[in-house]
Amino acid sequence: MSIFINENTRLIVQGITGKEGSFHAESCQKYGTNLVGGVTPNKGGSEILGVSVFNSVKETVEETQANTSMIFVPARFAAGAIIEAAEAGIELIVCITEGIPVYDMLNAKKAVQLNGARLIGPNCPGLISPEIAKVGIMPSNIHKKGNVGVVSRSGTLTYEAVYQLTQLGIGQSTCIGIGGDPVIGTNFIDVLKAFQEDEQTEAICMIGEIGGSAEEEAADFIKQYVTKPIVSFIAGLSAPEGKRMGHAGAIISGGKGTAESKMKALTSAGVTVCKNPADLGILIQNVLYN
Amino acid sequence: MKIHEYQAKELFKKYGIKVPKSVLCEKREDIETVMKTVSLPCVIKAQVHSGARGKAGGVKLARTYDEAVRIANDILGMELKSTQAGIKKVNKILIEEAVDIYKELYLSFTFDRTNECVAMILSTEGGMDIEEVAKVSPEKIHTLLIKDDFNPIETVQKLGFNGGITYILCKYIFMLYKLTKEKDASLVEINPLVITKQAEILALDAKINFDDNALFRHEDISALKDEKEENPLELEAQKFGLSYIKLDGTIGCMVNGAGLAMATMDVIRLAGKDAANFLDVGGGASSEKIEKAFKLLISDVNLEAVFINIFGGILRCDFLAEGVKNAIKTLDVQVPVIVRMEGTNKELGAQILNESGLKFTVVDDLNEAIEVIKNI
Repeated sequence: MSIFINENTRLIVQGITGKEGSFHAESCQKYGTNLVGGVTPNKGGSEILGVSVFNSVKETVEETQANTSMIFVPARFAAGAIIEAAEAGIELIVCITEGIPVYDMLNAKKAVQLNGARLIGPNCPGLISPEIAKVGIMPSNIHKKGNVGVVSRSGTLTYEAVYQLTQLGIGQSTCIGIGGDPVIGTNFIDVLKAFQEDEQTEAICMIGEIGGSAEEEAADFIKQYVTKPIVSFIAGLSAPEGKRMGHAGAIISGGKGTAESKMKALTSAGVTVCKNPADLGILIQNVLYN
Repeated sequence: MKIHEYQAKELFKKYGIKVPKSVLCEKREDIETVMKTVSLPCVIKAQVHSGARGKAGGVKLARTYDEAVRIANDILGMELKSTQAGIKKVNKILIEEAVDIYKELYLSFTFDRTNECVAMILSTEGGMDIEEVAKVSPEKIHTLLIKDDFNPIETVQKLGFNGGITYILCKYIFMLYKLTKEKDASLVEINPLVITKQAEILALDAKINFDDNALFRHEDISALKDEKEENPLELEAQKFGLSYIKLDGTIGCMVNGAGLAMATMDVIRLAGKDAANFLDVGGGASSEKIEKAFKLLISDVNLEAVFINIFGGILRCDFLAEGVKNAIKTLDVQVPVIVRMEGTNKELGAQILNESGLKFTVVDDLNEAIEVIKNI
C-alpha cells in the first residue's frame, strides 16, 4: 500500500486554469491520478483537460465527490484556499504554493485540524506513489515502484535521492515533500508513523534541513516507535547562522536549528546519518540488504 | 525584513508605546546643530541592522555637549564590527535623551516554530543578552504561548510589581501584541523596556523583524527598507526574483531548489572548499532568469570556480543551458566551470553547452563533482 494517495484518490486542482495549475494537473492526470475537476473563481462552467471547472470547492465536491485537492493559488490567497478546501470536506489538501504569510498559515492550519483534514505543505512538491498516483510537481519519470518511503522538507533534493535509488534499481512506496516553511500541515512524525504502519515500506529515507526542531522531534519519535531502518541527510551543514537559505523555514537563529544538532539527535535515535548527499542511495541499499 | 531602531520606535509611537525623546542624524555637518536640540546627558546610537551594537562600540553615553559632538563624530561613518552581522558602516545615528532608570525589563513577541504560535517573553533581566539569561537563570524568563485568547496578566504578575505598574505594563503588552499581528512581525523586541524613577514606562531599544511573505499587504513597512544595509549582489538578485545569498567561500554555485542548493554547498565543503554563495534559481526559471543568475554569479570577485548543479524537473536542462550560453556571450569567464545536469532534457542541455564555446567540465554525479572541485 501507498500512504495518503492511491487508486481511490479523486483529485481536484484549485487554480487549475493558471499556467502552473493546468500544467501539473495534466501531468498528474497522465500519471494515472483520477483528476475529477478544478476550481477557479469566476471561471465556473468552463472545461479543461476533460474535466469541469467550478467556482468553489464546495460545489466541486458536491458534483464530483472529490477527496483530494492540489493548490496552485497565488500566495496571498492560498491560505484562504486551504481553508475553503478543508471546510468543503476535502480529506487531503496538498498546497504547492510558496510564500504564504506565517500568520495566515496558522489560521489555515486551525481550519484543517477543525475539519479533520490532512494538509501537506505548503511550499512543497507534493507526493507520489509510483505507478499508482501523483499529486504533485515532481518529474514522474525518475520514480519507480518499490519499498522505500521518502520524506523530505525539500523538492529537488528529494528528486536527487529518488534518482539515486532508481538508478540502483530500488523503488519507492511513496515520496512526500512536506515543505520548507516554518508552519506546515503534515510533519516528519506524521509521515514516519504512516511509513511504519505501511506494509509496502521496508526502509525510510528522511531528508531534513537546517531551521526549527522538526528533525529533533522526529528523532524522539523514531526512538520510541519506528522499527524500520532509516537513512537521513540534513542539508545545510555549511550554512551560516542568521541567513535564510531559500526556504522560509531554513534558518539557524540564536544557535538553534543547526545541522549538527539534528544529525546528533538522529544518530542517537539509531538513524544512519548520511554526510554526503551523493551516498544516499548506496546507504539505503545497505540498510535494505544488510 | 529588518528595520532600524529609530524606525521601529516611530512605529511604537503610533501604537501608543512611549519612547525617549530623540533625533536622527545622517550627516556629519548636522551634528552640532542637532545636538543643540537635545537635553543632556544623551545616548548616541549607531543605526545599523545588527544586534550587540553596544559591545561593538556603537552605543555611547555623553554627559556634555562637547563629548556628545565628539562621540557622534566617532560613531557616524564608523565601521561597526559586530559578532552578529559582520562589518557594517554606520550611515545614521540616533541621539536620544538619557532617562533615570529604576528598573530594566525585557519584553518580546516572537513566532515560536515548535509550538506554532506567538510567544510572549517577559523578564526582569532587561538590558542583557536574553539568550545568556535563559542559560544562566532560566527561572527569570517568563514565556507565555499565545494559542487562543491572549491574557498576559498572570505572566506580568510574576514580575512582582505593584498594581499601577502592572496595569501600564499590561496595556503596553496588548499594544505591542496588536502591532505584532497587524504588521505581520516575526519578532518585536524591547530590550530594555525601562521603568523610570518617574514611574513612566519607556522602550529604550526597539527591534522588529517582519515576515517577508506578508510585505505585499504592508506598503508602509516595505517603504522602511534600507537598501544600504543589504549586500548589493543580494539586492540585485532580489530584483530578478532569485534567491541569492553572498557567502565567504570561493566556489560559486548555481542550483535549482533550496534544499539541493544547500546540499551543493555541503558537497563543496566535503571537497575542502567553501561556497561563494547560495543561489537557488527556482523551479520554473526561464533561460532569461538563468542568464541573469549566471552573470550575477560571475560578478563575484573572489571566485576560484563555478559549479552548476541542476536537477531538471520543471526547470528543463535546455533552458538552463540556453541561459548560460546567452550569458557568456557578453562575459569573459576566467574561472573553471563544472556542470552537473540531470533530469528533463539533459542531453539537449549538454549539446547546447557544448556548442556555446564555454569551456566546462561535465560531472555525472556529486561524488565526481567533489573530486573535480578538490583538484582546482
